[in-house]
Amino acid sequence: MSAVLPEHPEFLWRNPDPRRSYEVVIVGGGGHGLATAYYLARNHGITNVAVLERGWLAGGNMARNTTIIRSNYLWDESAAIYEHALKQWEALPEELDYDFLFSQRGVLNLAHTPQDVREGVRRVNANQLNGVDAEWLNPDQVKEFCPIVDISPGVRYPVLGATLQPRAGIAKHDHVAWAFARTADEHGIDLIQDCEVTGFLRDGDKILGVQTTRGPIMADRIGLAAAGHTSVLAGLAGLRLPLQSHPLQALVSELLEPVHPCVVMSNHVHVYVSQAHKGELVMGAGVDPYNSYAQRGSVHVIERQMAAALELFPIFARAHVIRTWGGIVDVTPDASPIIGATPLANLFVNCGWGTGGFKATPASGWVYAHTLATGRAHPLNEPFALERFTTGALIDEHGAAAVAH
Amino acid sequence: MLLIPCPWCGDRDETEFHYGGQAHVAYPQSPDALSDAQWAEYLFVRDNPKGEFAERWCHNAGCRRWFNLVRDTATHQIVVQR
Amino acid sequence: MTAHRLPNGGRVDRAAPVRFTYDGKRYTGLRGDTLASALIANGVLEVAPSSYRGRPRGIVTAGVDEPNALVLVDGSLLPATTLELHDGLSATGRSGVGRLTDSTDSVRHDKRYVHCDVLVVGGGPAGLAAAQAAGRTGARTILADERTELGGTLLATKGFDLSWPGLAEFPETRVLSRTTAVGYYDQNYVVLAQRNTLWHVRAKRVVLATGAHERPLVFADNDRPGVMLASAVREYVNRYAVAPGQNVVLATTNDSAYQVALDLIAAGITVSAIVDSRPEPPAALVNQVGVEVITGSAVTGTEGRHRVSAVHIGPDRSIPCDLLAVSGGWNPAVHMFSQAQGRVRYEERIAAFVPDTCPQDLEVVGAANATYELAACLAEGAAAGARAAHLAGFGGGTAPELPPVPAESDSAHRPVWMVEGDETLQFIDLQRDSTVADIRRATGAGLRSVEHVKRYTTVGTGLDQGRTGGVPAIGVIAELLGASSPGEVGTTTYRPPYTPVSFALLAGRDRGELHDPIRRTAMHSWHVAHGAVFEDVGQWKRPHHYPRAGEDAQAAVLRECTAARTGLAMMDASTLGKIEVQGPDAGEFLNRMYTNAFAKLAIGSCRYGMLCRADGMVFDDGVVLRLAEDRYLTTTTTGNAAAVLDWFEEWQQTEWPELRVRFTSVTEQWATIAVVGPGSRAALTPLLPDLDLSAAAFGFMTFRDTVLCNGVPARVARVSFSGELAFEINVATWHGLSTWELVANTGATPYGTETMHVLRAEKGFVIVGQDTDGTVTPQDLGMDWIVSKRKDFVGRRSFSRPDTARPDRRQLVGLLPVDPDDLLPEGAQLVAGGVPLTPPVPMLGHVTSSYRSAALGRTFALALVAGGRDLIGRELLAPLGNRVITATVTEPIFYDPEGTRRDG
Repeated sequence: MSAVLPEHPEFLWRNPDPRRSYEVVIVGGGGHGLATAYYLARNHGITNVAVLERGWLAGGNMARNTTIIRSNYLWDESAAIYEHALKQWEALPEELDYDFLFSQRGVLNLAHTPQDVREGVRRVNANQLNGVDAEWLNPDQVKEFCPIVDISPGVRYPVLGATLQPRAGIAKHDHVAWAFARTADEHGIDLIQDCEVTGFLRDGDKILGVQTTRGPIMADRIGLAAAGHTSVLAGLAGLRLPLQSHPLQALVSELLEPVHPCVVMSNHVHVYVSQAHKGELVMGAGVDPYNSYAQRGSVHVIERQMAAALELFPIFARAHVIRTWGGIVDVTPDASPIIGATPLANLFVNCGWGTGGFKATPASGWVYAHTLATGRAHPLNEPFALERFTTGALIDEHGAAAVAH
Repeated sequence: MLLIPCPWCGDRDETEFHYGGQAHVAYPQSPDALSDAQWAEYLFVRDNPKGEFAERWCHNAGCRRWFNLVRDTATHQIVVQR
Repeated sequence: MTAHRLPNGGRVDRAAPVRFTYDGKRYTGLRGDTLASALIANGVLEVAPSSYRGRPRGIVTAGVDEPNALVLVDGSLLPATTLELHDGLSATGRSGVGRLTDSTDSVRHDKRYVHCDVLVVGGGPAGLAAAQAAGRTGARTILADERTELGGTLLATKGFDLSWPGLAEFPETRVLSRTTAVGYYDQNYVVLAQRNTLWHVRAKRVVLATGAHERPLVFADNDRPGVMLASAVREYVNRYAVAPGQNVVLATTNDSAYQVALDLIAAGITVSAIVDSRPEPPAALVNQVGVEVITGSAVTGTEGRHRVSAVHIGPDRSIPCDLLAVSGGWNPAVHMFSQAQGRVRYEERIAAFVPDTCPQDLEVVGAANATYELAACLAEGAAAGARAAHLAGFGGGTAPELPPVPAESDSAHRPVWMVEGDETLQFIDLQRDSTVADIRRATGAGLRSVEHVKRYTTVGTGLDQGRTGGVPAIGVIAELLGASSPGEVGTTTYRPPYTPVSFALLAGRDRGELHDPIRRTAMHSWHVAHGAVFEDVGQWKRPHHYPRAGEDAQAAVLRECTAARTGLAMMDASTLGKIEVQGPDAGEFLNRMYTNAFAKLAIGSCRYGMLCRADGMVFDDGVVLRLAEDRYLTTTTTGNAAAVLDWFEEWQQTEWPELRVRFTSVTEQWATIAVVGPGSRAALTPLLPDLDLSAAAFGFMTFRDTVLCNGVPARVARVSFSGELAFEINVATWHGLSTWELVANTGATPYGTETMHVLRAEKGFVIVGQDTDGTVTPQDLGMDWIVSKRKDFVGRRSFSRPDTARPDRRQLVGLLPVDPDDLLPEGAQLVAGGVPLTPPVPMLGHVTSSYRSAALGRTFALALVAGGRDLIGRELLAPLGNRVITATVTEPIFYDPEGTRRDG
């Protein structure tokens, strides 16, 4: 018999028609948009809110990611927002009354070269001082924590150690989105699907509302939360953002008896893998290099990823890929998000999460709700303003941190 | 696996190429004359359209020459070369 | 022969018994059987119980869409319905959940890459016709078919001559059997899985003849063993000559089941009734079949325990039987079409999603295109094959003549999405145990999108990826939501792979030794012979240290350092990147790239240079030699050699094409030996008879082209990364080993990268990538002197940005632990004294390099510290979990700050 998932609630959300105007309109019904809606209600008492979704709720990257949750980022600004998220994750199943299978099984980031080791140790030390749980493991300790990892020195890039964040883990992505959506709906927030934004209603540099496939909708404040499609939407308002959209591919295996106890990531060989609650291996790789909105990537990326995976986990050789897919990730020059105001009054952006958006969902919603409610950044998203690209105060998670997944 | 038309070598698999992002973004004539915002625009801001996109590729594993083409980012079809 | 094996017919070899084991019991089948057909021949129809509810389950299909009959063979989870029987096969039934075992997989997987003019996917009637039409033109044609034999449904069609296409006569046509097209990527790049070979085909044109999948019907207890797809029953009877039952009821929504009935009757199997959803099925079929046809009706339930014993048609009618063959209509196999970004539309007449438009160069034919009658399939395939070849430049585009075939009918279907009965027993997805009740619950929860319902119920997420249950689920959703048709609900998107592909097959040979190329220098064998411990730097293997017997790494490094500082040592520096920059504008080009100037560098001289990215952050560094007026040799860090070459070429080609300069990587053409230490001059004098090595004659940062004592031409440079007197000998790679041995014979101590790191750190020389991380400017490193104020270069404008010009940026400093024996870990974070160590603790920076120094007799480190230059002389703390190391901030130079040693 297979592991049985918890039952979903009897009721999730209404399917309302859009009203003429709202206090806040969120464009994009993915995880971040839904979380923002929820926190607008919970933290700010704002419920005159619509979430506009072009397709189906949480059908973009939320439905396509590999569900890794961790907060062991290098830079203070990143660690602060991701750790805020992790603390929220720990409370959310109860708060939202939804078992979304949050499993704090630990995440290993493997080191394969002396430089990886230096970077790993640096991150562990920074994490500890930032109050983020982190440990450095030697290869034997890696083997103890994840017995199926091949730590033999003879492999092409031997495992020299790993960082471990014990509180990190995975959750069931759809369930997370639905948990936020259900509660937002309970607060009276309108979740409107099949509603594509086709333009902005404006008065000079002031945004007054959105034009949609279901008619015009006015709003006091409008927040974009459209991940890979943000550039397209911003373009409708004449705004250019430092974003590039790329395919990010992932895959699952058939259901397997428990074999992999934690999450393992390797920056060096570009692979990350966990075993989901039902038993399928969930695996991702690096982004395809070219710009794309096609939700598809190139097969050699998958093939390379499989080869890397088998170097680390020889036991996976006989597993099967049953489905691969691609998401569209919006990547900024420093691999950190942009959250805050735009040059256009009343229009805000929350984008550029790249490959790392899922784990940030609750904190992203928390700070974006604050920004939309007050018109000002929350202290956690202040450093992530658009201006940093002008001043040069980047939060560069490319260079020093581990893979940003 | 895109099939990319190198103007010098012909159609080759994507794995022979290096991607260079948006085409026709010139290095500013006088960087010092630019404001910080204008310099940031050059450094960091590129078009990101859904649809036809003029972009740069370099045939790294072949002739090592850079060239431009127009590709549709929604379908991956190559629309025109150069 | 067993009672279940029919006495005649089939494509099995009755003279070739095959012994196998299933669930620990021994059985015998025939060559040509699948495991499933052999089990049926042995009277075994029931397989492992269902995954979640533990209900008895049986074999349902005869192909890739099997949801129940999964088996574990040698650690792989496979459908019994496609598994070829072979002697000694040992299979264990599994409820859809695999089990990985740690046994080594000895099977070698491989990959092939081919181009062709026409790729035909599917070897059924339409595919065969297409392949023939294309192949006969001389076009390079590939026909891929997933089965052991070509023919598709023709294999289960009696009396058809399968040799008709004569594909073997076409020399440019290749037939790949047992080959499944699993992925359709951009520009007609199709991936085919053929057992242990993964084919990558780039085709000018593709013809998809992927057939159709029969749909099951949804009614209470439709999961009971003995409920089987009608097409599967026909295939078992006709192709394998096995009888899954003796007394059959057929339930259908379309014409195809009537042929099944005729074939069963011909095989001596009783057909008790046909239950047809249509009020008026074609009279000709009804008359021809000659059994009771219950029209306008549907099966509503079954009886039995581990096997169907009767079917219910409404509350009043029950018909005894031991097999219920169902045909809920057909789904064109649009998976590959959909993967190719094709769009599908709903076709009401046949109640199915069919191909519509596609941006790629392909055509869909036959049942995959919802063309179900045999003659039409052949004609469509032949026309498409001829057209594809013509478009690829072969033949006139006219289709060949086709063999005559009997007429078939395909009158309108009448789908049955829902019938009355207990919805908790009406299974939609057998593998996931999901039912109509689950879908009703999902729509009741407010879900409208088929994607949401799929996720809520897990319908269509099993191994068969919704091939059987997908469309019935959409039909049920449409009815529950009151939609006009399933077309209004829409379908989910198909993703690769079409059928499961093993990780090992995708990885191919890129494993173990072949996972990533290993780059070795010319002297590698000497390093191995002398016990070097290696580290990976990019793809290179570099000696890290050379331990002697009884030495640990620390002792070896201290010994190597002492040799370099006090005597004579040598290092293999061949991995450093080397790029020749040639052309009249080479100097101008380098001026624009490097932060410092090179145009006026004297011929015969060397200069250290630094490269920044456009954002002003340090990218790479290295020494540049001026070989001639129009010729430089630049060196790069080991890891960045390719990136720097790319960088140079990009700027030259895309920004400054007017500059007459070109670049050539010569990294692998040279072997480089650094000979270091106060003893180096004396040791090298006999080796370099033509050179005056005195400081006066051969100045620091110059080089000479000369000939070694053994006649080997060499370029010798007076550069030093250690601060000691040093000579760098460069020879052609093929002379690397002999030259290394020549130097080694002088008694020089070989040292590795770690000693190199210690020596340079003692002098405060940075390693890009270790002391920098992409966020560090030259000024942060205290290297303002290398940043020209007189010329523009890539990155310069960025230095004046507000954040880049901040005075309190992280700056490179030295650190001396207060306890000279305390070694700061590289990566240790630094905090100010007096700061409470309760998180979040404000951090000032981190240790980038840290070593024990033989020369200093103590530990020391380099660090990046916020406003660090102003903290020199102050103490900082490095909290390390259970202990804290205190260290004093110093200038980042520890040894011979005056530079007195470099001339010996």
